[in-house]
Amino acid sequence: MSQKTPNQKAWYFVVPVVVLVAFNAVIPLMTVVNYSVQETFGDNVFFWEGVKWFQQVLHSERFHASLLRQLAFTGMILLIEVPLGIAVALSMPRKGPWVSVCLVLMALPLLIPWNVVGAMWNIFALPEIGLLGRMVNGIGIDYNFTQQPVSAWMTTVAMDVWHWTSLVVLLTYAGLCSIPDAYYQAAKIDGASAWAVFRYIQLPKLKHVLTIAILLRFMDSFMIYTEPFVLTGGGPGNTTTFLSIDLVKIALGQFDLGPAAAMSLIYFLIVLLVCWVFYTLMMRDEDQ
Amino acid sequence: MAKITLDNIRHSYSADPRDEQDFALKKIDAVWDDGGAYALLGPSGCGKTTLLNIISGLLTPSEGSVLFDDIDVTNTPTGERHIAQVFQFPVVYDTMTVYDNLAFPLRNRGVPEDRIRARVHEIAEMLDLAGMLRRRAAKLTADGKQKISLGRGLVRADVNVIMFDEPLTVIDPHLKWLLRSKLKELHRQVGTTMIYVTHDQTEALTFADRVVVMVDGTVVQVGTPVELFEKPKHTFVGHFIGSPGMNVLPCELSGGRASFAGAVLRTASDATNPGPGVLEIGVRPEYVRFDNDGFPVQVLKVDDLGRYRIVELRREGHSIKMIAGEDERIPSENPRISFDPAHTRIYADGWVVN
Repeated sequence: MSQKTPNQKAWYFVVPVVVLVAFNAVIPLMTVVNYSVQETFGDNVFFWEGVKWFQQVLHSERFHASLLRQLAFTGMILLIEVPLGIAVALSMPRKGPWVSVCLVLMALPLLIPWNVVGAMWNIFALPEIGLLGRMVNGIGIDYNFTQQPVSAWMTTVAMDVWHWTSLVVLLTYAGLCSIPDAYYQAAKIDGASAWAVFRYIQLPKLKHVLTIAILLRFMDSFMIYTEPFVLTGGGPGNTTTFLSIDLVKIALGQFDLGPAAAMSLIYFLIVLLVCWVFYTLMMRDEDQ
Repeated sequence: MAKITLDNIRHSYSADPRDEQDFALKKIDAVWDDGGAYALLGPSGCGKTTLLNIISGLLTPSEGSVLFDDIDVTNTPTGERHIAQVFQFPVVYDTMTVYDNLAFPLRNRGVPEDRIRARVHEIAEMLDLAGMLRRRAAKLTADGKQKISLGRGLVRADVNVIMFDEPLTVIDPHLKWLLRSKLKELHRQVGTTMIYVTHDQTEALTFADRVVVMVDGTVVQVGTPVELFEKPKHTFVGHFIGSPGMNVLPCELSGGRASFAGAVLRTASDATNPGPGVLEIGVRPEYVRFDNDGFPVQVLKVDDLGRYRIVELRREGHSIKMIAGEDERIPSENPRISFDPAHTRIYADGWVVN
């Protein structure tokens, strides 16, 4: 048989990725970990503080409030975007010239930069000059997202639904297209109703893409920053101050690096934990 | 259960068919008896799946009509035709148990649960699925899933016909013949009309009482496996069925006698008036034999397949295959062969001359 010659040169191939990951993930993360256990008063002088910042963040009312707002926001947009996305995907044509028209229309919101989305909706919803704001006020509803918390929330949620439902639609549509015709034919032969087709064929076959869609929407909405920052700036008051907006206020507004670092890590762990639990639950019976 | 009549069926997938080539099915006329086991045999793209989908109602034919027991069902939707179909790739409802899969067609039709239970157990027993009723259907192997597909057809008491669209494609070779004999056995047991679509001659010939051979959108012959073997109506049937297929050789006519490359032959066909068209001689390798009174050939190659040998012969540039028994002696010098006259036929433009 062949004699193997030891050759360590292969390691060079791994160097680029190691450098890349080090600079864009490991080093920044470790800097944050470093900040989270120390106190500084400037001049690059640091004092060891242990877990003090973590305790402070976990017991802070302000953090609890932002976290609650964040959970409410993410929950709301998931409850709207997922069913809406499935419904839109189901009603899209499966063949013919309209397919590409629908796909392009669906992809449009996804192509718009996030700050532009925020700016668009800001102007669109302004009560005095915006199309939406004027119309809503025109039909007799008192609506001003810059002053009323409920209006601000509804506008933020509507903006996210407008921006991101397409993602769920496109993923679901791709999933639907991959179901072989034989399943629909068998269902016809078995006399299944449209609901039974959805419940026993389409939904089970969409499980994987929907898991991915929900995970992506959870992560993105849980870390949302740019759009609400441009739209409401976290206001009125603190009513639309989500976790990341709050984090930036603490880190860059107040320059409290220690608490901000501790909060970042807690934030990161929450996202990681939720994704892991959700994914594990969804994939639980795959390989029994 | 029903007799199936296909009356002048033509089908084209294009909305505006211009010539004959636009038709996937050119003209199908057939009557299939109640309780028969039929096979539709033909190469890929010959229109057999199209025909199957027309019978099941998944497609409406461009022309002609489909009758079940003399009732026109051409425009009846699939769900109301009382048919069952097993597809090439197993279709099971993944999230359901085997039991729920089998119960699904009955539940959709509002059958009471206690009747469903009795029926599902009966069918599961028949298909050897009784031990796995509580298991998730998605966990079964391909042959188990195909049995479920079949079972969903069998549970319904009112099924007119069960159709199989190349059902053994994804089954492991060693399970194929098991499932095949199971199908045969089930047909005897339940007596429902069954139509089996395949491009595999072994599957068709072992399953069916009558085989419908299709090529290029046309039925070329309907017959029992023996008829297809002994009296191929078309050179395609001769070639497609049998291994190796029938020898098709050029034919000349002189004075009411057929000859091939100078050798005068006696045939089962009427050589005095074969009609117009290109003439050919068809004879199966099984009916070629060494014969000192025959015509001379060269032996090119002998393939020993164990129980028999395939001998490749040549005469004036034309290749002839013959099957020789294990013990048959292959002459080493001046081999001469003859064709069995009872099984040698003249074909005009591909069609047999009687």
